[in-house]
Amino acid sequence: MNSSSNKSVRELIQQNRQQKFSMKNVMERFMPIVLFLCAFVSVVTTIGIILTLVLETRHFFEVVSIKEFFGSTNWYPLNSQPEYGIWPLVVGTLEITVIAMLVAVPIGLTSAIYLSEYASERARRVLKPILEVLAGVPTIVFGFFALTFVTPLLVKLIPGLAIYNALSPGIVVGIMIIPMIASISEDAMSSVPKKIRDGALALGSTRLEVALKVVVPAALSGIIASIVLGMSRAIGETMIVTIAGGSNPTALVNPLEPVQTMTAYIVQVALGDAGFGTIEYYSIYAVGTLLFVFTLLMNLLANWITRRFREEY
Amino acid sequence: MDTKLTTKPAKEGVKTMNQPVAARQSVYRVNDLNLWYGDDHALKDVNLDIKQNEVTAIIGPSGCGKSTFIKTLNRMVELVPIVRTNGVIEYHGRNIFDKDYEVEELRTSVGMVFQQPNPFPKSIYDNIAYGPRVHGVKNKKILDEIVERSLRGAAIWDEVKDRLNENAYGLSGGQQQRLCIARCLAIEPDVILMDEPTSALDPISTLKVEELVQELKKDYSIIIVTHNMQQAARVSDKTAFFLNGEVVEFDQTDRIFSNPSDKRTEDYISGRFG
Repeated sequence: MNSSSNKSVRELIQQNRQQKFSMKNVMERFMPIVLFLCAFVSVVTTIGIILTLVLETRHFFEVVSIKEFFGSTNWYPLNSQPEYGIWPLVVGTLEITVIAMLVAVPIGLTSAIYLSEYASERARRVLKPILEVLAGVPTIVFGFFALTFVTPLLVKLIPGLAIYNALSPGIVVGIMIIPMIASISEDAMSSVPKKIRDGALALGSTRLEVALKVVVPAALSGIIASIVLGMSRAIGETMIVTIAGGSNPTALVNPLEPVQTMTAYIVQVALGDAGFGTIEYYSIYAVGTLLFVFTLLMNLLANWITRRFREEY
Repeated sequence: MDTKLTTKPAKEGVKTMNQPVAARQSVYRVNDLNLWYGDDHALKDVNLDIKQNEVTAIIGPSGCGKSTFIKTLNRMVELVPIVRTNGVIEYHGRNIFDKDYEVEELRTSVGMVFQQPNPFPKSIYDNIAYGPRVHGVKNKKILDEIVERSLRGAAIWDEVKDRLNENAYGLSGGQQQRLCIARCLAIEPDVILMDEPTSALDPISTLKVEELVQELKKDYSIIIVTHNMQQAARVSDKTAFFLNGEVVEFDQTDRIFSNPSDKRTEDYISGRFG
């Protein structure tokens, strides 16, 4: 109790309550509005992006038929008689994604199992932040890493490898995604309660059996979600594939040859001198819309999987 | 147990050291067991002789080391990194702390039921089949038999037989605990350790588990930690009273509860502390 004022705490509280227009009351009234407006900004942005994409894409499809867009396997936007078949870009994107996932899933999951089930508390405290630093490396740096380090290395191993190819950026995109898969999967595995591990150990299981047969299945929803989010990252990755992948849209699957992904095409046109209102200009919106649909579907899938396979414990 | 698929290791030839030959064979013989968590001396010179096909209850106030003790019997206590032990625990004549004694081997023949029901987040069937599968039983028909026999053994078959493929976490707490007992039976252990198995259960589920313990002692040796003295009196043949990491008294349960020889035991069971 404050002896100088000679008032009891109860009296002080009463006194404060009577001040109707105190700062506290004002804050209570207006903060929800401020908070709502802040949240609203991102909703408005999303709606704006979708509207822009859809409206500009409509201009594209006024010239190019949907049948050509999805039916043709030739993507020659710069020819005198341009062809706009999206498949080469989709194939390039998927090629990069598949290579990236082949790198990222095994390494990411084994890292997660190590961190969650084997690493000592001290090792985890050192390793996890390092892993997360990898996630913070700018993709432009990864791009040059692919072009100036990984590609020359691969050329030594695989004679005849083109300087621009799908393999090198694919691997590097995979490396970029490792921390994401490892970190989310590790969180999912670490949140499996200790009592469940104890139950398995008490049945005479080894640590590896506990990790693979109990913890991984229990954390499966988180693990699958991490993989799907990683894929959506790989699909949307731009800088690495633009720098190291070349610009050769081809529907033929050959990771040793140059490719072009959807994102790299958008960069190519955006950096070029395609004038406003030309069909080339609108084509990047069409590609952008498709890209948006791809990543949206992946995120919805990740959400659905997390709910569907949620293990109760 | 004529229904067993595997033969248990022979229990003959267990040497009786320094003690008169008893009617039943010893499962565990604990000699001068000491245990420390860091600097905390949690078990002090524990000596106990646990007999086959008996229910041994371990009672004592919170923090007396009873849970620590039971977890030492299958070396689960070693999951705490700062634990040190000293002394000998012979399980069928073999020191479980021997370097070449694989902890997985020990835990395969010494099952454990925990304080909180801890089924795996899998189907009821897979919960039971987990142990046999880990130990190499792959045949679906044999697994089906094991699952049914184990669930019957834990008196839960009738309640779950129509939903073996549902997640075990859909069961009530008491059912989950009996499922954990069934999971333990599936690998046909020799001893079942129960660490306050009913502390998270309601009275009716508790009663069911107690009845089950009575049923199981025909085939298994059971060591049960409980903070409920009535439970110890109801289910056990022998009772050990732990206090501050020491065994104060270890005797026939009826003697402990009717005519304890130590004043502290009497004070505890009459509710004067703890």
